[in-house]
Amino acid sequence: MTENLPRTARPLRVLAAMSGGVDSAVAAARAVEAGHDVTGVHLALSANPQSFRTGARGCCTIEDSRDARRAADVIGIPFYVWDLAERFREDVVEDFVSEYEAGRTPNPCLRCNEKIKFAALLDKALALGFDAVCTGHYATVVLNEDGTRELHRASDMAKDQSYVLGVLDEKQLAHALFPLGDTLTTKDEIRAEAEERGLAVAKKPDSHDICFIADGDTQGFLANRLGKAEGDIVDENGEKVGTHEGAFGFTIGQRKGLRIGHPAPDGKPRYVLDISPVNNTVTVGPVEALDVSALTAIRPRWCGSAAAAPGTYTAQLRAHGGETEVFAETVDGELRVTFTEPVRGVAPGQAIVLYDGTRVVGSATIATTTKAAAAAV
Amino acid sequence: MAYLDHAATTPMLPEAAAAMTAQFAVTGNASSLHAAGRRARRTVEEARESLAEALGARPSEVVFTAGGTEADNLAVKGLYWARRDADPARTRILASPVEHHAVLDAVHWLGEHEGARVEYLPVDRYGRVHPEAFREAVERAPEDVALATVMWANNEIGTVMPVGELAAIAGEFGIPLHSDAVQAFGQLDVRFGDSGLAAMTVSGHKIGGPYGIGALLLGRDQSPVPVLHGGGQERHVRSGTLDVPAVAAFAVAAVLAAERRERFAAEVGALRDELIGAVLEAVPDAVLGGDPEDRLPANAHFSFPGCEGDSLLLLLDAQGIECSTGSACTAGVAQPSHVLLATGTDPQLARGTLRFSLGHTSTREDVAAVAAAIGPAVERARTAGLS
Repeated sequence: MTENLPRTARPLRVLAAMSGGVDSAVAAARAVEAGHDVTGVHLALSANPQSFRTGARGCCTIEDSRDARRAADVIGIPFYVWDLAERFREDVVEDFVSEYEAGRTPNPCLRCNEKIKFAALLDKALALGFDAVCTGHYATVVLNEDGTRELHRASDMAKDQSYVLGVLDEKQLAHALFPLGDTLTTKDEIRAEAEERGLAVAKKPDSHDICFIADGDTQGFLANRLGKAEGDIVDENGEKVGTHEGAFGFTIGQRKGLRIGHPAPDGKPRYVLDISPVNNTVTVGPVEALDVSALTAIRPRWCGSAAAAPGTYTAQLRAHGGETEVFAETVDGELRVTFTEPVRGVAPGQAIVLYDGTRVVGSATIATTTKAAAAAV
Repeated sequence: MAYLDHAATTPMLPEAAAAMTAQFAVTGNASSLHAAGRRARRTVEEARESLAEALGARPSEVVFTAGGTEADNLAVKGLYWARRDADPARTRILASPVEHHAVLDAVHWLGEHEGARVEYLPVDRYGRVHPEAFREAVERAPEDVALATVMWANNEIGTVMPVGELAAIAGEFGIPLHSDAVQAFGQLDVRFGDSGLAAMTVSGHKIGGPYGIGALLLGRDQSPVPVLHGGGQERHVRSGTLDVPAVAAFAVAAVLAAERRERFAAEVGALRDELIGAVLEAVPDAVLGGDPEDRLPANAHFSFPGCEGDSLLLLLDAQGIECSTGSACTAGVAQPSHVLLATGTDPQLARGTLRFSLGHTSTREDVAAVAAAIGPAVERARTAGLS
């Protein structure tokens, strides 16, 4: 049975994290409707919040905080703003910068779930006597007969966010409510539900991108933090084909923005194959060279009591990415993954989430990859 | 429900509500010459006379505004501009650092945009400005002081200021002293005429009157530059059609507040002492903020070591106890109070504050509810800690 919004004999004391967006507002309203004792909280994550939202970004402006409060008032629940800006800066923003600096591609949303929403926030909520934290995520919690819990994909695969929740362990899951996870409805229908409930956020645009980069310019943000450092762009043979202003600005598989003057000998487009922060070099090559046959991933977190048994699973390698079949096993606390068919563009720093059907098995951070071409040799 | 946030706003007195609703049925702009206008003007002028009498002032000294914030802004900015216009050397403003933001931010703005040199007066650990310190600051260069502003009593920690003594010193040098008496009116013997003040702020909704109405008591020799220009109402100092229902209701509340003050102060003071006793018994290491003796009778303020004020607020709110952390918010995020920081309170301790403010509807049951809830709430908030 799913535990996204359990109906309990005694109402649960629920802390609803409200971003100011439509999903978390509807989630909080559903928790109230299920009979729980709900308190809303908006997380202030920026030390210097902007007054108004610009474009499609953010949950971090004062306007978003007001939208959340307005929704809480309509739902009829107490509402507070908690200042977690310092924790967010340390655990998410600084991690984001240092991961890029090391040539990897981090996922800050996942990190925020792991370190802020289901750690700092959850810990404080539990200490204050709450039973659970409720969010507007699309994922499903299943309660087994033996009392253990599993995380599954949302009923609606198109909206599924289990990838960014794969880092949660069973204890965290035991205190998480995802009232939207069972929803087999389109975003329009969630908006219609919000409208019906009198929530003004019904018409608010979705947020995209990284909430703490207000203008959406990740490159500019990183350059500002890390400074510019000119280096070489080389091809697979080590021949210099161009220059860049900082290796940290690139992502494996990137094609645009390389600004290489002359075409490749074969005339085909070139992609970022490798980033070496140590000698500040970016390696480019043809699309086939992006194919990866295997990878290792570190810091595995298992969505259950023990490490998963060696075996065949499906894997997701990026948010909104597709599924691919893998063989996975744990060796010396490290996840080793072999792909049944080579996959293209795997970026270290991103998470690999393993699934057994719809069930999340675990999550780990991609550390190294093995090129398909090299393996074939 | 135990409503213990009367310093934020207090329930409207039935008499004031009746006066207000009666006026809603009447038409008339108090500036018009016809019968309807004359009728409205009579209502306004009678209200002005009542308010003046309640505050020991002359009717011509009452300037109605749309609340305490506007009155504070008019006093601080208007007097600064007028005094500087008369003598360009006068750019120094002496202000207590524990003022309400309506004064503090206005003064700060003058510093940022109008060339004011803002000097914050030293305060003791209770947040009080001492007359000697004020004299010292004035005498350093009396000729360049534009104005001084020191509240009558502090809205967060309740400490009462020696306003009369400060006004006497300012008077020696011909310096206008403004005082924000929003919290003091109704609790202390606030008499403008005897105070020696040049200007004084009062507000309607803190004394059982309506929201959106206040007054600046303004000495007849003071001509502040207006903040709002227009039709020239209110001595040409504050333009805008008067809100007759609000003015009438404000005056009714003011008269009752003055009449009932002594008895109210004694009764609410006894309840407040009971509350302080109960909190200190339940949480022995709680620290009472403000002067333990010379404070607003309805105010109790505490710091709870190791707690986040927000956590306490949430836990008490969940049990139907409504109070405040006492400090201002930025987007709802609690900041350590500037008042506590000015008194030298440790910033960590300043994060765990609660203000209980009593009023005319407070009961012993309210105090009992706090007595029962505060111990477990503090214990729980300490578990959550300072995140």
